[in-house]
Amino acid sequence: MGSDSRFLGLAYVTPYIIGLLIFTAFPFLYSFYLSFTDYSLMSEPNWVGTKNYEKLFTRDRTFDKSLKVTLIYVFSTVPLKLVFALFIAVILNYRLKFINFFRTAYYVPSILGGSIAIAVLWRYIFADTGLVNMALAVFGIEGINWFGDPTNALFTITLLRCWQFGSAMVIFLAALQSIDKSLYEAAWIDGANQWQVFRNITLPLITPVIFFNLIMQTVQAFQEFNGPYIITEGGPLKSTYLLPLYIYEKAFKNFEMGYASAIAWVLFAIVMVMTVIAFWSSKKWVYYAGDKRS
Amino acid sequence: MSVTTPEVTTATSGLTAHQLREQRRAKISATIRYVILAAVGLLMLYPLIWLIGASFKTNSEIFANPGFIPSEPTLDGYIKGWQTSTPYTFARFFWNTFLIIFPKVLFTAISATMVAYGFARFEFPGKKILFATLIAILLLPNVVTRIPQYLLFRDIGWLDSFLPLWVPSAFAGDAFFVFMLIQFLRAVPRDMEEAARVDGANSFQTLIFIVVPLLKPAIISVCLFQFMWTMNDFLGPLIYISSVEKYPVSLALKLSIDTTEAFEWNRILAMSVLAITPALAVFFIAQKHFIEGISSGGVKG
Repeated sequence: MGSDSRFLGLAYVTPYIIGLLIFTAFPFLYSFYLSFTDYSLMSEPNWVGTKNYEKLFTRDRTFDKSLKVTLIYVFSTVPLKLVFALFIAVILNYRLKFINFFRTAYYVPSILGGSIAIAVLWRYIFADTGLVNMALAVFGIEGINWFGDPTNALFTITLLRCWQFGSAMVIFLAALQSIDKSLYEAAWIDGANQWQVFRNITLPLITPVIFFNLIMQTVQAFQEFNGPYIITEGGPLKSTYLLPLYIYEKAFKNFEMGYASAIAWVLFAIVMVMTVIAFWSSKKWVYYAGDKRS
Repeated sequence: MSVTTPEVTTATSGLTAHQLREQRRAKISATIRYVILAAVGLLMLYPLIWLIGASFKTNSEIFANPGFIPSEPTLDGYIKGWQTSTPYTFARFFWNTFLIIFPKVLFTAISATMVAYGFARFEFPGKKILFATLIAILLLPNVVTRIPQYLLFRDIGWLDSFLPLWVPSAFAGDAFFVFMLIQFLRAVPRDMEEAARVDGANSFQTLIFIVVPLLKPAIISVCLFQFMWTMNDFLGPLIYISSVEKYPVSLALKLSIDTTEAFEWNRILAMSVLAITPALAVFFIAQKHFIEGISSGGVKG
């Protein structure tokens, strides 16, 4: 639109620029600064150099445990959730009756997402005499100590997030439905079996959405807070004490803002490294059809 | 054992036998698919069905049988849960939630639409860098900015108010929504906008009278998602809201766990049912927009 000033577009994005500076860019840099101080709300921040980071990596047992638990959580939850979401999306992609009904039913848990009410429900479902153990008893299986046993507790939170596979599934399904059907027909004529078709045609064509889901779910999983905070309160024996819980407690319970910022930056660095690796490796496995921009 | 039967009986025509076998195989695999779908559907929905049923049970029955139909239905959980152990009822907490959601949804819709329009329809200096920051924010874990944001809101005296919970959104702070609207706008042809400009409308009039009506489905999706996410938000209120009279539903629910859980389970379950009701109601009224919103936001990315 030739007559417009070249700054007109800038006027429309001004709210974003203001918000970016005040609520993101400044806090982002300031927390980096804080991570090198001993700021504790009571006194002015004093520069302490890399002391916070040294303590984190050499003397802080809680951090070690928390980091380990976080990595286990992310690397078990994200793949499980995505594989399950893709599996269901592939089944729904056959022209079945009631597909809309199933799609809706599967999406409902995602809508309720991280709500506290659902975390509460999870506590009741996995309690010693809760729904799951009662259901197991019906089949004569002895109940499992979900929250008392450190190896099981984290798994209940993984299950909660896998239960919310709906939004990843809807994205997969939309991608599957947009695949050109003639590609399949050619493969059938050549005598390929179902698995070969899936492996060699479907999977390569949906790598862009696999990539998208993988990144979004990973970033999300690293920030899991509501689940462990409500369901297991980080326990038992800190087996569900994910890094966001540790940061929250340091910052808003003990008011060790400097130290908490250092933990937050470690978490950020991990997420960033993973994202960079994902983007870098995507050139090797993500397939972009011809003219697709982005 | 009956697999060979069709071959024998229809041996007169080899083709038919083959077709029959194919048909049977298709039928079997369709059945398997339906069985899987139904089983997964049950796993998805049964916890929610159980939750609703259990909220009408007596406390002694909740942990006694896995069925969802209460043997002696009671409204006890709802009546006593609603009263809470605080001087306020849940009516207050729902009202507080509304006071956060309403400005947040409204100003998200306005700011995200404006900003998306700017990005999708204009060239301006620094556009590439700004767009890159949008993607970066999408991937930035909130924990990094949370502490300084808290200090900022403390210094301007906004602690224990609803402002920190919605003001950042009014500056298009939720990059996901801006991104979603940009993707949507890119797919919309510019013909009508150009015609309006030729007829003498300025860019703002074009935005209001042409672009907004075209974007309506996407804007509705944005509002729905923001509604849902705000309804579910827990960490934000946990950090910023300290007095009980300002608690939204999510905090109130956590409070009732802490104060009554040892024995009054049905109150907590009843209030949990009420807490998810607005989100469920909105979802069922407008589910088309959810599914479309999430598919377009993701796939075109």
